[in-house]
Amino acid sequence: MTDLGLVIELTILALAIFLGFEVIAKVPTMLHTPLMSGTNFIHGIVVVGAIVVLGYAEDGFTKAVGLVAMVLATANVVGGFVVTDRMLEMFKRRPDERRPDDRRDEPS
Amino acid sequence: MISDPDVVGLLYLLAIICFVLALRFLSSPRTARRGNWLGGLGMAVAIGTTLLLDGISNWELILAGGAVGTIVGIIGARRVKMTAMPQMVALFNGVGGGAAALVALAEFHVADGRLASEEVVSIVLSALIGSISFAGSLIAFGKLQELLSGRPIVFAGQNVANGVVLLGSAALGVALVAGLEEQWALVALLALALAFGVLFVLPIGGADMPVVISLLNAFTGLAASATGFVLDSTVLIVSGMLVGASGTMLTLLMAKAMNRSVANVLFGAFGQVQQAVGSERVDDGRTVRATTADDVAVQLSYARRVVVVPGYGLAVAQAQHDVRQLAELLEQKGVEVAYAIHPVAGRMPGHMNVLLAEANVPYDQLKEMDEVNPEFAQTDVALVIGANDVVNPAARNDPSSPIHGMPILEVDKATSVVVMKRSMAPGFAGIDNELFLDPRTTMLFGNAKDFVVKLIGSVKAL
Repeated sequence: MTDLGLVIELTILALAIFLGFEVIAKVPTMLHTPLMSGTNFIHGIVVVGAIVVLGYAEDGFTKAVGLVAMVLATANVVGGFVVTDRMLEMFKRRPDERRPDDRRDEPS
Repeated sequence: MISDPDVVGLLYLLAIICFVLALRFLSSPRTARRGNWLGGLGMAVAIGTTLLLDGISNWELILAGGAVGTIVGIIGARRVKMTAMPQMVALFNGVGGGAAALVALAEFHVADGRLASEEVVSIVLSALIGSISFAGSLIAFGKLQELLSGRPIVFAGQNVANGVVLLGSAALGVALVAGLEEQWALVALLALALAFGVLFVLPIGGADMPVVISLLNAFTGLAASATGFVLDSTVLIVSGMLVGASGTMLTLLMAKAMNRSVANVLFGAFGQVQQAVGSERVDDGRTVRATTADDVAVQLSYARRVVVVPGYGLAVAQAQHDVRQLAELLEQKGVEVAYAIHPVAGRMPGHMNVLLAEANVPYDQLKEMDEVNPEFAQTDVALVIGANDVVNPAARNDPSSPIHGMPILEVDKATSVVVMKRSMAPGFAGIDNELFLDPRTTMLFGNAKDFVVKLIGSVKAL
């Protein structure tokens, strides 16, 4: 991957910190758990690191470590996504809408 | 294959934008689900781009690892009951932390001593934080799953052990950065960090696990971000840090909802104080009054206003559907029914809203704590189903109680209180509850679902 240079990377990092704080500042209490689960899914991005390590691995040690990392990171991504989606599915339903496949997002 | 680094960079930027919007959407009930799907899109773009990078090989290993992880993830996430969601989040968080630590280890091994010092710093941070998150999350899982005691676990010499582990890992980390580029040192650092993760979470009580999981979630984000510096990957740096920052924010918000400081949660050794207080508490002659379902049915049917206070016990007994049925029956008899939801009812903030929504309880009957507390004085019966700590008046009255200062649902202000409970066992925070000794309180001991079903029968028969 391109080497951006440390200073630029640190600049990006600092901006990401402020963005992370700002973007969820107004979350209501009832969404704390789904939001935690959603951010839990997003840090599954470490799977990118696992793919790079495993994809460029040459010796047995790196392959073994990379493979375990790959399994763990994929479980994080897939599990995190499905759990979050299951939680949020509960919020979507209204008492007068009993059909589980109703995909209307706007509140009636 | 994508060989143009600009194209790779732009695709990763697209993924980052998806993640930022995902977080934004996840903060509002109306758009939350879309937010998660948008995150999924971002993840798909990031993974797809990475797989197409020039020179990626070992396809059979990548596919095998991905397949196993996918199967484990789907089975785990699909089969888990709604009540066990929090520990599942802890588990998925832990494996993410473990993955970050292993990526750091592999990078260190591959570089074989040819690392710039800032890269070593990133590797050390990623290994350290990732391992703490992994081990800590597993302990949190064990506590919530009740494989371990929910009470704070403390032992003699704990501070010494913490000190040794912390100093040892700090020394190794400094030595690595200073130029000791030996693999054993990093492996030893990983081992010490794992031990620290265990020691760090053991003394924290089960009721505080949500805050801890949220914090460890932020940790995993930081660990992922640190690996990004070694791999020179903007998508890792930014997405990891987004989670690190928003996870920290969320931890603060959760602690605030429980009216505690994060420091108090982490280092308060919750419950320790109470053991001393508990032993002093003498039997003052007040006793718990047990009652029967028939009596409660009469009480409920002739009430003007009933407030149901659901807790984790209701969720465990899977009684939410029966409770809704009971509420509908009472409403037909002209009783006004509402549900009082404590911000941390269940095991995590918002957990109870999810469970009741699953049972199709109408939204307008769910009342938040601040809204419902002033109304308890006009409430004839407060029906507490499997809740304990969130209705414990000690939070208001007893400064020595570990939950002192936590906002509670003031059910003791209602004309009468009926508590359904499996036994007299203390709640998740591991402390006694004065409410049960109050002369206006009657108790139904047993499975909440059985009692609610009995209540439905009795109310119908009236």
